[in-house]
Amino acid sequence: MATVETPRSRLSVQTVHPPRSKRSVRGWVRRGGIGALLFSLPLIIVFGLFAWWPLLRSLPLSVQKTNLVTEPTFVWFDNFARVLADPLLGTAILNTTWYVVLGVVFGFPLPILLAASIRELRRLRGLASVLVYLPVILPPVVSVLLWKQLYNPEPTGLLNTVVGWFGIGPLPWLQSAETAMPSLVIHAIWSGCGGAVVIYLAALVAVPGELYEAAELDGAGVFRRAWHITIPQLRRVILLMLLLQVIGTFQVFTEPFVMTGGGPNNSTLTVLMLVFRYAFGGASDFGKASALSLLLALFLALLSFVYVRLSRRWAE
Amino acid sequence: MSKNTPATKKQEDATQDRGIVSESERRTPVGRAGMSVLNIIIFAFLALGSLFPLIWLTKAAISTSNDTLRDPLAWWPSGIQWDNIARAWKLIDIGGATLNTVWIALGTWFFTVVVALTAGYVISVLRPKYAKLLMAGVMLMLFTPGVVLLVPLYLTVLSVPGLQVNLLNTFWAVWLPSAANAFIVLLVKSFFDGLPRELFEAARVDGANTFQVFWSIVLPMSRPVIAVVSLLTIMGAWKEFLWPLLVLPSPKLFPLSVVLADVAERVDTGTLIAGMTLSIIVPLVAFIVFHKQLIRSAGHMGGVKG
Repeated sequence: MATVETPRSRLSVQTVHPPRSKRSVRGWVRRGGIGALLFSLPLIIVFGLFAWWPLLRSLPLSVQKTNLVTEPTFVWFDNFARVLADPLLGTAILNTTWYVVLGVVFGFPLPILLAASIRELRRLRGLASVLVYLPVILPPVVSVLLWKQLYNPEPTGLLNTVVGWFGIGPLPWLQSAETAMPSLVIHAIWSGCGGAVVIYLAALVAVPGELYEAAELDGAGVFRRAWHITIPQLRRVILLMLLLQVIGTFQVFTEPFVMTGGGPNNSTLTVLMLVFRYAFGGASDFGKASALSLLLALFLALLSFVYVRLSRRWAE
Repeated sequence: MSKNTPATKKQEDATQDRGIVSESERRTPVGRAGMSVLNIIIFAFLALGSLFPLIWLTKAAISTSNDTLRDPLAWWPSGIQWDNIARAWKLIDIGGATLNTVWIALGTWFFTVVVALTAGYVISVLRPKYAKLLMAGVMLMLFTPGVVLLVPLYLTVLSVPGLQVNLLNTFWAVWLPSAANAFIVLLVKSFFDGLPRELFEAARVDGANTFQVFWSIVLPMSRPVIAVVSLLTIMGAWKEFLWPLLVLPSPKLFPLSVVLADVAERVDTGTLIAGMTLSIIVPLVAFIVFHKQLIRSAGHMGGVKG
């Protein structure tokens, strides 16, 4: 299709008139310039229209009033001022932070522990990793709706039946402002654990066996070996996974949106849900939504920067 | 003698593959008991945590709503009810939603693969002067949190710059933004980085042009990476919720996730659970068939994602 010259002819061209053809359009064509450009087109078109252009547009959007009805007008920092004046912003920030903190405290160590245990299995390691990955296969909406059933607040609900065996409950789960967010976190841990386990398992294979051997010769028991060799050997992966989990959970949307709709009493309203409400909740206030998106992104960028700086010493 | 060789080999594999607990520790009575206990704990945990919810879901899909709400842990006190499946098919239109989801997944897969393979070829093999710029543009998107793009991408879909078309309520609105997947482009690019360069140069010397090198050398060698990218994009497209919800507001175009969230409060428990169960058949079967490849690629590359 594309009749682009080969390096062999390039060589011969260069020997005939070397300096000029190197810069001219004809030389560029002969060296395969058109072919390379044609192959770049899918990336340039798709990323240009649906990644780079929207990214560029996010800045002006946040200082404009855009509602699709009237022409966009510049309102400068009015959008940001209106976001900061929203009484729900504080609630959303607190809720989201609570979600992130609970997820890290209770959800982060579990996959490391599980992966290190599964790593010690001899015959059934494959089966264990398949089972552990199973919840990850479920589309988030299905897994949320499934847990909504488990969280049935009636005394006959599934989880209430189970906690009832231990003399607890019945708990209101998603129906009360105190327990709704922890319930969301339990579901998040359940649905996210498998993905992390698989990543840690892949990293654990790379831990050299000689280190364990040497520690064993020095008289270190199983748990001391796990603490002094396994964890430090995984530190890069652990640090990266922690950052990714924090960045990901600060942008949580689908789970509270489908599970509770932000309720009860705004106790599970998250920052991204607020962005969604501004833009798509009827008001079409795209400027305000963009302003809050940018604030969240700036915060995440700052957080990542500080985190990478602080964790550098342990990583090396 | 013949028994000895595989045994030694097995032992060698075991030392190569050693974890925290050593081979000799495993052979002591305490070690043996400890490993049995570990096995039991892990599999009890996984059976309860991973397997049980799915088994319960399937059980509830063919139970009456009343049974599921009153006595969720009993096995069909008032008999098996197949009606739920039929009602899910009729009331939730699981069939239509599955077709939409398949269509979304296939298109997303196609455009993602085309963009990633061509981009990987340019950045890794052809390396024109602007390749570095393209690479920087891809890296930029890898580090951009999704929240920044939500609103401007929606507005772009409403009126694509330069073309002035509105993609709302067309599958293009899902396909094209999903194809701008920086992670997948980098995955393919790093795969191409590992291919021997002499191969391309030899083909060039033999007179093959840019297109021929791509078609007859790069593509056939990319089979493993195409397989990984296909698995990741199709499974990913099946999970998508927020974006289809925004850009496909017509109920006729709803994929499974959107339709299930939409009807969740409107249909009875049995019907909803039957619909949920039907909607996970395809990903479950895909997982059972491809679990090795999927877990391996998720393990090695999942860490880069985000």
